[in-house]
Amino acid sequence: MTSQTSTDYEKYYVPEKSSLAVMATIGLVLSVFGAANFINGLTFGEPGEASPTILYAGLFVFAATLFVWFRTTIRENIAGMASGQLKKSYVLGMYWFIFSEVMFFAAFFGVLFYVRNLAGPWLAAEGEGGRMNYLLWEGFQFSWPMMQTPQEAVGGAASQLIANNGAFASAKQSMSFAEAHHWYAWLPLWNTIILLSSSVTVHIAHTGLLDGNKKKFNLWLAATVALGVLFVILQVAEYYEAYAHFGLTLNSGIYGSTFFMLTGFHGFHVFMGMTMLAIQLMRSLRGGHFTAGDHFGFEASSWYWHFVDVVWVFLFLFVYIL
Amino acid sequence: MAHGPAKGISRWLFTTNHKDIGTMYLWFSFAMFILGGAFAMIIRAELFQPGMQLVEPAFFNQMTTLHGLVMVFGAIMPSFVGLANWLIPMMIGAPDMALPRMNNWSFWILPPAFLMLASTLFMEGGAPAFGWTFYAPLSTTYAAPSVTFFIFAIHILGLSSIMGSINIIATVMNMRAPGMSYMKMPLFVWTWLITAFLLVAVMPVLAGAVTMMLMDIHFGTSFFSAAGGGDPVLFQHIFWFFGHPEVYIIILPAFGVVSQIIPAFSRKPLFGYDSMVYATAAIAFLSFIVWAHHMYTVGMPVAGELFFMYATMLIAVPTGVKVFNWVSTMWRGALSFETPMLFCIGFLVLFTIGGFTGLMLSIAPADFQYHDSYFVVAHFHYVMVAGAVFSMSAAVYYWLPKWCGKMYNETMGKTHFWISFVGFNITFFPQHFVGLAGMPRRIPDYALQFADFNMMSSIGAFIYGGSQILFLYNVVATIVAGKPVSDDKVWDGAEGLEWTVATPAPYHTFEVPPTIDPAHAHS
Ligand code: HEM
Ligand SMILES: [Cu+2]
Repeated sequence: MTSQTSTDYEKYYVPEKSSLAVMATIGLVLSVFGAANFINGLTFGEPGEASPTILYAGLFVFAATLFVWFRTTIRENIAGMASGQLKKSYVLGMYWFIFSEVMFFAAFFGVLFYVRNLAGPWLAAEGEGGRMNYLLWEGFQFSWPMMQTPQEAVGGAASQLIANNGAFASAKQSMSFAEAHHWYAWLPLWNTIILLSSSVTVHIAHTGLLDGNKKKFNLWLAATVALGVLFVILQVAEYYEAYAHFGLTLNSGIYGSTFFMLTGFHGFHVFMGMTMLAIQLMRSLRGGHFTAGDHFGFEASSWYWHFVDVVWVFLFLFVYIL
Repeated sequence: MAHGPAKGISRWLFTTNHKDIGTMYLWFSFAMFILGGAFAMIIRAELFQPGMQLVEPAFFNQMTTLHGLVMVFGAIMPSFVGLANWLIPMMIGAPDMALPRMNNWSFWILPPAFLMLASTLFMEGGAPAFGWTFYAPLSTTYAAPSVTFFIFAIHILGLSSIMGSINIIATVMNMRAPGMSYMKMPLFVWTWLITAFLLVAVMPVLAGAVTMMLMDIHFGTSFFSAAGGGDPVLFQHIFWFFGHPEVYIIILPAFGVVSQIIPAFSRKPLFGYDSMVYATAAIAFLSFIVWAHHMYTVGMPVAGELFFMYATMLIAVPTGVKVFNWVSTMWRGALSFETPMLFCIGFLVLFTIGGFTGLMLSIAPADFQYHDSYFVVAHFHYVMVAGAVFSMSAAVYYWLPKWCGKMYNETMGKTHFWISFVGFNITFFPQHFVGLAGMPRRIPDYALQFADFNMMSSIGAFIYGGSQILFLYNVVATIVAGKPVSDDKVWDGAEGLEWTVATPAPYHTFEVPPTIDPAHAHS
């Protein structure tokens, strides 16, 4: 193995020592410590005792640090310190981050699959000679969406034979299409249309940028952000409907659990993606950032946006339709 | 780029240097090793004799739980991340890790997370007490309030692992020196690349599991409660979908270490390099489809039992390929037995025993007898302690001279090895017998017929534990006052780019990438 030096290479930028990581750690640790304290206070403490102050303080430090962190990175890039190779590291980082998010959602879709195809039918007497049903949950019938929990089937929490960890009261009505609505009032359908179009608009914005047409870029990016906002608003309306009119809550047994877990985490990711895109829009409008050849911040946000879009398609299929 | 390290504490807090960060990971993991070891000593002291001796049963359960969690997430995993930080850039000819500031962040969130986890011991209701596998409903319906802190600690550990892994993947894929093709990478780099992939794939699933626990405990969902239509067994499926790949996350970097060291002291290139790479990839792939071998007794349909049984047995094939290759590397080599080599040979023998007991456990009908007995405890300590921890000791002895430019005391190193080897076997070999005879795991008291073997186990544990003090002493004495070494290549048989830089390794290496001789085989 020889070690003569090669001549043509770009120097890889290794930043000087930096306090960003430590600040981000303080923010993150305060956030989770505050969150744990707060949640425990809600569940186990005296009423009114729980306080989210530490949580908010942590989130504030964390958000501020992220802001400075990204600003630093952007400034370094504008100053020409980021080599092509470093940019490739960012690209790889974003790819694998999105992959980790895919696996996060895969876990919840796996749960949905499992309860619908395995746990539910077994509770309703399939498998093991039906023992599970007649010994513990006599009379429980399985259907999806689950409109009667096993607990309700045996006559409520007081009469169940295994440990009682709360009352699970089913929804009055499910959120899926068949039961719920006139098609035009069915929010998930509108949300599907909105998200799918927003993937198109963000793509058009990208082509604008590649053509060097910043006006087109700004316009279509703004449209994408607007669609994102609309989605979030409709999703809030959907939750309001669920709680107020359909009786579907976190307490509604596994149907409510999976419904809110999947749509909730998805909605949160839409919110994040929308925020990311909005920041890119601000950068473009106020800072004049991005050129046809250099716009990773925008590209990464748009990949993320396509990702939440794809998740929604699966969600629409498996949570609402099938 | 500044040339030396900064002065004082800010060097460590604010560093972006892969060697500094590697050092911090290594020291942190050693501290956790001592903490987890202290918990183990409490466990073994209680089990020294039958009957309740020292601690309350509830506290005993907290000890087994924290021992497992601290060892897996605090000692073993961060120690290999530390090695990765130190070695991967030097092995592939890169100036640093791909994303240095994030690298620092991945480290610094670990200590507070463990502080939070350890502080649960002092909370009302005590620390988590459901075992490192935290099965529902023990961890949900019957959870102490401290479990909320446990959940968030797991979230942070997961975040750290994911960021660390993304960094490693980006470094390996993007920062290899010109000419360092994938099939020329040292095997340690390969095993870490694949490990990092496993981590990015399964840590988010673990995050999902603890999030669902959090929801069940505090927000009225019923993921793991049959009363609401969920299923506690679902928890086990999710946990082991993470958990089985996790055991390979622990052992693959160890495979990498052994694959570097055995050739060096056999003075021969690694036998079957290509097959090593493919075997690693095969193990990683298979590790996703065997998880339910931890759940044979939950009442799965027979088809499921059979599928997971055969898939599990398949893993023994690539694992066997590796063992075969290591042995063949030594075959007719010019062997010498310095401390790192001793630990590798110890690894080879004992890991193979652990692999065989794994194979026994993989037989579904037999596992109905072995499951949740001390036999399982013996199995996984053979693979995790004699596997991962031995290889880690080997790695420290092997690379320490390159890191600090001083040679450790060989006699003391060999003594450490022999005490460890003997202590380890006295501790865990008898556990096979008591396990087969029916002694369940995770209990503070046991039937009288198990008394002798348990006393042996406890004595062995104190011996093994004590030998780690010698290790610590040797390392510190080396750093402070070891005999200086100046050869770039500290070991005459060592191969690889890390041995082409000065000793001790300068603060920055390969600021200009080296060129790799295309004719030269892998290292
Ligand atoms: C030939 C390869 C292996 C096979 C066939 C195998 C098989 C098994 C089986 C079937 C079990 C479940 C036993 C039971 O609970 O009844 C088990 C448990 C375990 N194995 Fe392995 N194993 C292998 C290698 C490894 C390796 C390399 C590691 C880690 C480095 C490992 C770590 C563990 C752990 C930690 C447990 C116990 C988990 C718990 O219940 O706490 N195994 N193994
Ligand atoms: Cu396993």
